[in-house]
Amino acid sequence: MSEPTKTDLVDVQIDGVWHQFPKGTRLIEACRQVGVEVPHYCYHPKLTSPGNCRMCLVETGMPPRPMPGAEPPQPDESGHLPISWIPRPVIACANTVAPNMGVRTTGPITEGCRQGVMELLLANHPLDCPICDQAGECTLQEYSVEHGKGESRFREQKVKKPKNVEVGPRVRLDDERCIMCSRCIRFTDEIADDPVLGFTDRGSHTVLAVYPGRELANNYSLNTVDICPVGALTSNDFRFQMRVWFMRETQTIDTNCATGCNITVFSRQNRIYRIVPRQNNDVNSDWMPDSHRLNFHWIDSEARLTDPMLKVDGVHRTATWNEALSVAAERLASLSGSEIAVIASARMTNEELFMTSRLVKLLGAGHVETVPRQGEADGYLVSADRNPNTNGVKLVLGLENPGSTLDRVKSGIEQGRIKALIVLQENLVDDAGFSPELLGKLDFLLATYPIANPTTGLADVVLPGACWAEKSGTMINVTGRLQRLNKAVDGPGQTREPWEIVRDLVHALGGGNGIYSVTEVFKQLAAEVPEFKGLSWGQIGDLGLPLIETGETIPALEREKERKAAGIIVG
Amino acid sequence: MSGITYQRGREPHPKEHRVVFRNVDRVGWDTGIDTFLKEGGYEQLKKALGMERSAIIDEVKKAGLRGRGGAGFPCGVKWTFIPPGNTKPVYLICNADESEPGTFKDRYILHQDPHQLLEGMIIACFAVGAKLAYIYIREEFPEAAQIVEKAIAEAHAKGFLGKDILGSGFDLEIYVHRGAGAYICGEETGLIESLEGKRPYPRIKPPYFPAAMGLYLCPTIVNNVETLCHVKHILEMGGEAWAQTGTKNNTGTRILCVSGDVKKPGYFEVEVGKVTMGEVINDMCGGLKDGRKLKAVIPGGSSAKVLRADETFTVGRGDDARQLTIRDIPMDFDTMAACGSMAGSGGVIVIDDSRSISWVLNNLNNFYAHESCGQCTPCREGSLWMKKITDRVVAGKASPADIDTLYGVAKNIDGRTICAFGEACSWPTESFVEKFRDELVADTKPELEGALVSAEPLTAAAGLR
Repeated sequence: MSEPTKTDLVDVQIDGVWHQFPKGTRLIEACRQVGVEVPHYCYHPKLTSPGNCRMCLVETGMPPRPMPGAEPPQPDESGHLPISWIPRPVIACANTVAPNMGVRTTGPITEGCRQGVMELLLANHPLDCPICDQAGECTLQEYSVEHGKGESRFREQKVKKPKNVEVGPRVRLDDERCIMCSRCIRFTDEIADDPVLGFTDRGSHTVLAVYPGRELANNYSLNTVDICPVGALTSNDFRFQMRVWFMRETQTIDTNCATGCNITVFSRQNRIYRIVPRQNNDVNSDWMPDSHRLNFHWIDSEARLTDPMLKVDGVHRTATWNEALSVAAERLASLSGSEIAVIASARMTNEELFMTSRLVKLLGAGHVETVPRQGEADGYLVSADRNPNTNGVKLVLGLENPGSTLDRVKSGIEQGRIKALIVLQENLVDDAGFSPELLGKLDFLLATYPIANPTTGLADVVLPGACWAEKSGTMINVTGRLQRLNKAVDGPGQTREPWEIVRDLVHALGGGNGIYSVTEVFKQLAAEVPEFKGLSWGQIGDLGLPLIETGETIPALEREKERKAAGIIVG
Repeated sequence: MSGITYQRGREPHPKEHRVVFRNVDRVGWDTGIDTFLKEGGYEQLKKALGMERSAIIDEVKKAGLRGRGGAGFPCGVKWTFIPPGNTKPVYLICNADESEPGTFKDRYILHQDPHQLLEGMIIACFAVGAKLAYIYIREEFPEAAQIVEKAIAEAHAKGFLGKDILGSGFDLEIYVHRGAGAYICGEETGLIESLEGKRPYPRIKPPYFPAAMGLYLCPTIVNNVETLCHVKHILEMGGEAWAQTGTKNNTGTRILCVSGDVKKPGYFEVEVGKVTMGEVINDMCGGLKDGRKLKAVIPGGSSAKVLRADETFTVGRGDDARQLTIRDIPMDFDTMAACGSMAGSGGVIVIDDSRSISWVLNNLNNFYAHESCGQCTPCREGSLWMKKITDRVVAGKASPADIDTLYGVAKNIDGRTICAFGEACSWPTESFVEKFRDELVADTKPELEGALVSAEPLTAAAGLR
């Protein structure tokens, strides 16, 4: 979209200060752009605006219309006409700016509206904050403090409604807490194409309900919990697990597919409690799939690898890192490069892949490959490529068609040409069709992975590699966007981040050059890989930046763009 | 009326001026098309089909016809709100969801003179370019729906509906759509949502002004039954001649529905502004019941603000300013507004001194709490809250402070909702508290201030949820 020209801009006075906005800007967005927050519940920029909560009512004014025959109003020295304030407030979410309009977000009319709406919203609300998961991130609480009167005149019996309703396998509803903003209904209808939610009954007895015989089971159902401004919809997974104010927030990315949804990881004392999508209009909008969001509980698994291990007489025993690395270096040094193959992972970061390329060079390894993961694209946010960094593999590791030569590795082992395999963050038995018998033919197998698996079970040297939540680095998503993965929690025991493991292996093989941080790896990567030229770690920021053109798009975003262009949503 | 005999006991009052209700309660009249045709039925349609569309709209504008549904908006002006250069289909909807308590005029048109409505509607459709029209009939009028369906079939058979009407090249289909029993469906955008098969949640305006973004987001004209009937008569008489009836800016006739504490409640078609409240109550309705005194009148359907019998109203500006008693108020749109209420739907509810104001207000609050659609916060939460307070007032379990709260809740609804239901439910409370505070307070007990409210339902009415 081109920048608006001067004629497309209108002058609007907000709280006494004149600003310019493009025609068609909603009042609520105009206010936000100049740092004035207008409280709201039902309004969401990615959804249609029903204007039902009435929280965003503001006082507005327009130039006075002169009586017939009277002098028209004269502009002041700044060129603006006087404003005649209108006693009837309007909703800021759906009304748009007009020339010479005035908006007041303070003053008796606006503040009276907010107080009134707050009192009415709380009239039948259960006020069970002490046992409500939303407490601490509830806009009803927040606005009540900011805009409410602090006391209620409501003395009647509250309306009783269904509680603890299972609306779907992952979402639970408390109808008494619901403020009928309809965000969840609009989300399931407009974004998820699964309009199973709706209101039944009337007036103050209105209840949110799921269509009889149906359930809220689509793979985006938990987004309704995110956008619910109160504790009406809660996540079965997170419910009663942790008070939100105790948790640490880490801005990072999802690694379950090539889309790389931007997420916030909520953790406390090294344990992840929940993951929620983080807004990025170039990647995942405000949403993420349930399947990706909930795929973190294995991080706390009992089967996590916590120490390096060496296989002695067919049995694994724990070892120190130095011990394990020197055994590995010794065994690898005894082989010629053509006898060594490296299987890296497209789940690894660019930095890890960069270190891997160093290792490959140092060993003169005859073969390097990654494991492909193909699934079905869902037409929204889930990419067919279930690896998060296939584009990184292409760019940094230099593989043209990652995963296409795994059969040659298999036949190499079969024929005895490949005698040693370095497996980085992959499980070849379960995920790449390498049989235990085949791997048994190897003279030497080194495997890193976060969790014990059949491949590590066969390995001579097992090194515990941190999982995605325990490491930092960068990845390139399906559209070619470079994004940062940030460490949310520490790995268990002696776990190391994979880039460290590969660095240490390079060191042990005598090729060390002293890299002590992942940002240093990035700096070297930026110096060597042309596409990264001139980039710094800090430049990438929380929202990433476009790095390469892939010609790929994200369907959910394309639909959002259409809706925005049609004026249906703000976007 | 010359040459027309009416059923015994149902004769129009001499002060009436029957146009739309000409055939209501008429001896020898039935709803069949043959009867209608014998009296010049569909002649105005024939005339209209030979006219320029803009000329028809001009006649309606010249007539100054104001909507008879409640808001009193000029009908001809509404028709011109269809965006110029529109390429989408245009729809016309007849709002026959007559639900405002105290209003019972449209049902008699539907029941006794359906072809009058159809003729007016077909003319209106031709004028605004609608090829598809709906009559939205409330659920509570099952008989009306049958009668209108039959009338549509008859009009079809005679070529007044369908393809190429009377060889004019104009196509039109009219369908009856039945409501499901919700007051809010009378609100035009709620009606449109309902017609689209959804919950009748009124739409926000802007952007959803029906004339631009109505049914299926196409330009849509929504008119009341009585309003559409007048279109036929405007064409018959000519806009200017039609405007000679009634008073300036309050032209034509309209049907008043009088209910409550009068000897002879009923419907009366009068020239707008030509009769006063006193004439309506005392002459047309035979006055109050013996030994009773007038206490209050709700002049335009239950949501209109109440007028106190002993109030003095100042209307007009400057030199035109004059003082009126309730009996002097001419029954027109503008004077009623100047008196602080509204002519609304024409439903006049008379309240005598035997009535408890608390009971009256509670009755109204019950209705609105039951009918609030629940879409937007103030009306959803406020209407039930007001009902719960007046439940307690009626039961003698409220304190004077509750009356202040009641008023405060009404004020928090008024002007802050998506649709006019906010005003409809808050105006009764506001006006009753403003005008009858003493009487309401008299039903309360100061010692109950701050007392706990029992969980038990208070009155039979309270049992309505």
